[in-house]
Amino acid sequence: MASTDISLHKDLHHEHDVHDEHDHHDQHFIFKYIFSQDHKVIGKQFLITGIIWAFIGGALSSIFRLQLGWPQATVEWLEPILGKWVEGGKLNPEFYLGLVTMHGTIMVFFVLTAGLSGTFSNLLIPLQIGARDMASGFLNMLSYWFFFLSSIIMFTSLFLETGPASAGWTIYPPLSALPQAIPGSGAGMTLWLVAMVFFIVSSLLGSINYISTIINLRTPGMSMTKLPLTIWAFFLTAVLGVLSFPVLVSAALLLVFDRSFGTSFYLSEIYVAGEALTNVGGSPILFQHLFWFLGHPEVYIVILPGFGIVSEVIATNARKPIFGYRAMIGSMLGISLLSFIVWAHHMFVSGMNPFLGSVFMFLTLIIAVPSAVKVFNWLATLWRGNIVFTVPMMFSIGFVSLFISGGLTGIILGNSALDIQVHNTYFVVAHFHLVMGSAAFFGMFAGVYHWFPKMFGRMMDEKLGYVHFWLTFIGVYMVFMPMHYVGIAGFPRRYYSWTSFDLFQSFANINMYISLAAIIAWAAQFIFAFNFVYSIFRGRRATVNPWRSNTLEWTTPVNTGHGNWPGPIPYVYRWPYDYSKPGAAEDFIPQNIPYSQTESSNMPHEKDMA
Amino acid sequence: MITIAILLALGLLGVILFLLFRIQSLNSIFRGSFNKRVSASNRINAILFLVFLVVGGGAFFWSFSDAMKDFVVPVASVHAVWIESMFWTTMVVIGIVFVVTHILLFYYSYRYQYQDDKKAYYYPHNNKLEIIWTMIPAIVMALLVFSGWKAWTKITNPAPKDAVVVEIVGKQFNWLYRYPGKDNVLGVAKHTLIDATNELGIDFTDPKAMDDIFFSSGDIHIPKGKPVLFRIRSRDVTHDVYQPNFRIQMHAVPGMPTRFWFVPTKTNAEMAQETGNADFKYEIVCNQICGRGHFAMRATLVVDEPEDYQAWLAEQKSFAESNPDLVAKAKANQLQLVSAKEEAKSVKEAAL
Repeated sequence: MASTDISLHKDLHHEHDVHDEHDHHDQHFIFKYIFSQDHKVIGKQFLITGIIWAFIGGALSSIFRLQLGWPQATVEWLEPILGKWVEGGKLNPEFYLGLVTMHGTIMVFFVLTAGLSGTFSNLLIPLQIGARDMASGFLNMLSYWFFFLSSIIMFTSLFLETGPASAGWTIYPPLSALPQAIPGSGAGMTLWLVAMVFFIVSSLLGSINYISTIINLRTPGMSMTKLPLTIWAFFLTAVLGVLSFPVLVSAALLLVFDRSFGTSFYLSEIYVAGEALTNVGGSPILFQHLFWFLGHPEVYIVILPGFGIVSEVIATNARKPIFGYRAMIGSMLGISLLSFIVWAHHMFVSGMNPFLGSVFMFLTLIIAVPSAVKVFNWLATLWRGNIVFTVPMMFSIGFVSLFISGGLTGIILGNSALDIQVHNTYFVVAHFHLVMGSAAFFGMFAGVYHWFPKMFGRMMDEKLGYVHFWLTFIGVYMVFMPMHYVGIAGFPRRYYSWTSFDLFQSFANINMYISLAAIIAWAAQFIFAFNFVYSIFRGRRATVNPWRSNTLEWTTPVNTGHGNWPGPIPYVYRWPYDYSKPGAAEDFIPQNIPYSQTESSNMPHEKDMA
Repeated sequence: MITIAILLALGLLGVILFLLFRIQSLNSIFRGSFNKRVSASNRINAILFLVFLVVGGGAFFWSFSDAMKDFVVPVASVHAVWIESMFWTTMVVIGIVFVVTHILLFYYSYRYQYQDDKKAYYYPHNNKLEIIWTMIPAIVMALLVFSGWKAWTKITNPAPKDAVVVEIVGKQFNWLYRYPGKDNVLGVAKHTLIDATNELGIDFTDPKAMDDIFFSSGDIHIPKGKPVLFRIRSRDVTHDVYQPNFRIQMHAVPGMPTRFWFVPTKTNAEMAQETGNADFKYEIVCNQICGRGHFAMRATLVVDEPEDYQAWLAEQKSFAESNPDLVAKAKANQLQLVSAKEEAKSVKEAAL
């Protein structure tokens, strides 16, 4: 692509220097592929680790759904894998709680935070803003390896004799502080805390890098309002992370003190395992405030990248500008801001002052408004488009559907009076699995299929992708729609079985059906795994811009090397959404095409920019 | 043997699927699908979205009405009625949004599928539209918040002074409960006094504790039509008192008593008739993960006609009455404490 860059000489000299720094042809394998400082390699490292964790997290849920779907059945056939955790053919109830806890921890943090943000922020930020790499390649490399260390520790905790952490992924004390209350709160909880501290270090290193890079390293012409929505999403996600993860560290630190150093931040007047503890004066509610101060922004950290990816993929594949670009930025900003002041809607029945309940209900229901705006804008983007149903597009449309479904039930949960009835029931489980477990995953799938050619120079198989999409889309709805009914009926979450109560004798069929659908949906993911691995080696070779997209990453060579652009970095002239512009030769105009070259399609206000 | 057979079968299945995949792959190369902008799949997927809308929508509505008989929890308190009506009003509102947005989503996907001779409409924004579809949700949310707030403040306001007080204490893995007796005041309880008999650690040096009635099993009784205040505590970890028919839920927090008050409106007999379950008992459920027995913490509750409740209450013996040795021990400890203090005092005086 031609460029009107007149300072060629200066740039060449600059590139030469940069080229020298990165021109380590004799770079050892270890520093090129393992402790790499190249953002693209690091992105792939995060992706592969995230995918492995997703299968582990899904396997855990399949096991406990066996118990819930077939409560009378015996599972001795699982003894080879689970060992002593199968007692007399039944799953040990404490281990059941460990499975539930680890499933949540793995999916929320390791897959949907590290696996999602870590992959796409790393891969796309330098490529889409026009930078050679992240601001600090070294910190970036550390970010992955701290994540790896955290993963090893968390994985190890699954195999402890006393079991992994078992107090729910929300690990409320006193249960998580007292090993005598549940064995998993011994070594398992200790390893959980250590792993999470390393995880948060990784996340912070990454976030700081993403923010600095976006602010400082945009190529000339790339103003903030010409950024693709993916970058806006990753930027806000990183800001949320920097501001909220440290609070989880503080919650964890105080918990470490209570567990090991005799303090009473969260403990007061406890008699457990035949002993009256001496701790007085602490409050379990303090932990909840600290935890949810991260916990709520965390779920927006999980969904925001999906917002960005889906906006990008829908615009590209509908061959139409994203409708309401500025409104999309504004709504993401609004959601990010509001996400900090709604945390106590998780605590309506915690015993906190009811006045806070009113305040947080009010703030929570405000957040529905920018979310609605985003949905309407996506619908308006599809309207009168010319839609190509690539696999990423399918997942993006699925994302919108799942986000609508899951988001709407949030309106019920945000109402404190209604929450009295549905708090901690399967209604909550259905809600967050639709928005996080389904919508966010669909955003991730859309991203993987869409940027696979950029990562590996090959395309993933399309037909397998369609099969994967339809099985998963139908699967998640079959699992989580009926779950709402179970929740409305008051069935509590984290229950091993419901046989003790007359109240919960119904829905045996639905629970079985949910378990069956869940296991099938999990099995369907192996199609994706096969497609992913196979296509890395034997996929159809990609062209430079297989999706005919406008953003800068598609101006790099198919096998993008170190430094991304072999020559000078492109200069940016226009926003990324000039699709199907009237008068244009093609139905897309990339960002680095100057207005002087598109006289036929320039709008009146663009004529003087030519 | 069976394991080997299963593994072989799975392996064979894998090989077959792989071959199908390769065949399909080579087939599309021969057909030259990669040279076209879109393949035949585009049309198929567009149709599938429409099919999904119709079939999925139908399945959803069918399953909803089919499950209704099982998920409707009969209301049994004054405020439960408000919550129930607000729940269904909100469901209708979100239901409408759910249906309309999904129709648009899948219909647009079908209607605007790629056509070679068509071009998308370059329409980047419309600020007026943005304002409209910001304001309408905002107004709807405001209405929902307002009604929610009204109900919430009524529910969480302090209980009336004449409320019947019952203390419910959670522990791993059952519930303990206590009535305040004739003086209507619950006596002091300390976790340091807890033992196998005195499971709440009731302090019998407190005169208010002498008429407290304590249970570790059996039914809780409350009167119909009168305000009932649950004073909720926990002995070890955080539990949660949840009773779906009354629409009550409140965490039981160790170290911090919480409360929830309500007015029950249906006796057990009335509920037995309504649910068709002759042995109906209200059940209290633990709804906060508390360990191994979290799923089995069941307390049963009986709503009596006020006269029956009074009769039942009159029959109950206070814990002090049933356990005179405990009281004696407490008094002895107190005497020891008092005499020790006096001894210390006289020693101090002698020293001065």
